Amino acid sequence: MIKLSSLSKHFGETVVLDEIDLAIEEGEIVVIIGPSGTGKSTLLRCINFLEQPTAGTMTVGDLTVDVNRASRADILSMRRRTAFVFQNYALFANKTALQNIAERLLVVDKWPKEKAYQRAREILDQIGLADKADAYPASMSGGQQQRVGIGRAMAAGADVILFDEPTSSLDPEWVEEVLGLMKQLASERQTMMVVTHEMSFARDVADRVIFIDGGHIVEQGPPGDIFHNPKDPRTKAFLKKILATSPV
Amino acid sequence: MDVLNVEYMLGLVPVLLRYLPLTLQLAGIGMVLALILACLFAVVRVLRIPVLNQLTIVFISFFRGTPLLVQLFLFYYGLPQLFSALTVIDGITATIMGLTMHFSAYMAESIRAAIVGVDRSQTEAALSIGMTNGQLMRRVVLPQATRVALPTLMNYFIDMIKATSLAFTLGVTELMGATQKEAAGSFLYFEAFIVAAIMYWIVVELLSKLQNYLETRLNKAYNR
Repeated sequence: MIKLSSLSKHFGETVVLDEIDLAIEEGEIVVIIGPSGTGKSTLLRCINFLEQPTAGTMTVGDLTVDVNRASRADILSMRRRTAFVFQNYALFANKTALQNIAERLLVVDKWPKEKAYQRAREILDQIGLADKADAYPASMSGGQQQRVGIGRAMAAGADVILFDEPTSSLDPEWVEEVLGLMKQLASERQTMMVVTHEMSFARDVADRVIFIDGGHIVEQGPPGDIFHNPKDPRTKAFLKKILATSPV
Repeated sequence: MDVLNVEYMLGLVPVLLRYLPLTLQLAGIGMVLALILACLFAVVRVLRIPVLNQLTIVFISFFRGTPLLVQLFLFYYGLPQLFSALTVIDGITATIMGLTMHFSAYMAESIRAAIVGVDRSQTEAALSIGMTNGQLMRRVVLPQATRVALPTLMNYFIDMIKATSLAFTLGVTELMGATQKEAAGSFLYFEAFIVAAIMYWIVVELLSKLQNYLETRLNKAYNR
């Protein structure tokens, strides 16, 4: 349902993603790990066209685009199939929690007001923030803001939700509530691609862990294989370093 | 020092009040047009639209770089000389043109700064859910930029109200023009102009109240 073929991204001379091939099944939970600055976030941003990829083709659902021939309509269409959760939440500061979630339904999908707000309230219920419907982002904790960020992504009814280090900006006390919500989504078999340094989340929730280094997929497989029996020396070195600080 | 002729001053109030609506109209129409123009300029500058961007830069530079009075004289006396069709431009029209262009140049810059100041990640979030550039501007960027730009824009509006007094040099009888005529007839210059000054002052004070009200409303989302 998601297929990337020879997807590349260059920033000038620098090759950030080098001909990535990747296929993800519907309902699959994929966690992407790897050292900083190796293209993990760029990969997610390319799928959502927040970055214009340099070359390759992408398929999401029934839409396939050659990134160099993608029209404006293709790009909008691709974005509507792929929802994004940002590291710094990126909630609309001038809108309440309810409005943040309903915004996409109202403006992009052109739902009638009543229906959009009803759906947004259902989502607020699911993310456990029904009492914060009329609160503005400035008055919410980081954890609450990120849950609204996830709620906004859920409202999209997208084929896949892309999580870009969703807990990296959070104070430790809020990390669990956000991971908890992500686990809940995973148990509902929402297709997810998650870039994270939370190795315990990867171990407990992922169907597949992908290790990216230097713009390449170095190694991938079920979490048990990657964490306990990594094959590539780069994977071993990375896991050794990261597991020393946050054991699985 | 002679005592003030208070009776004359009180009598002047209703006379001058008849000319206040024209002053407010000049400023009101000028402000609306200047805002529209300034928003267009700001968007052209932010998106760096080729050609238009360069033209806008020159326009802003000229209208910020020359005195309003010179601009008014250019519109009223200068243009009809070059283009005979423009002799139809009366003092009121020339004043509105001058105020619009002069103040749009200033306001464009503060609107541009306010737009650029909106958190970039919110722009990405809006794009990520599939909004078009127009929707992004309308729904996310401009509402937040308005809040930032409001105090400076209100300052320009206040400045514009006072600048309408220059219209009297084009023969427009607005508040300042009327005061001038009354004073010339009575020779009570101090009394006449202090009444006019107080009228401008009250209008500006009322506007400041409006500004406070709007700021409180727009800041609602940002209170912790």
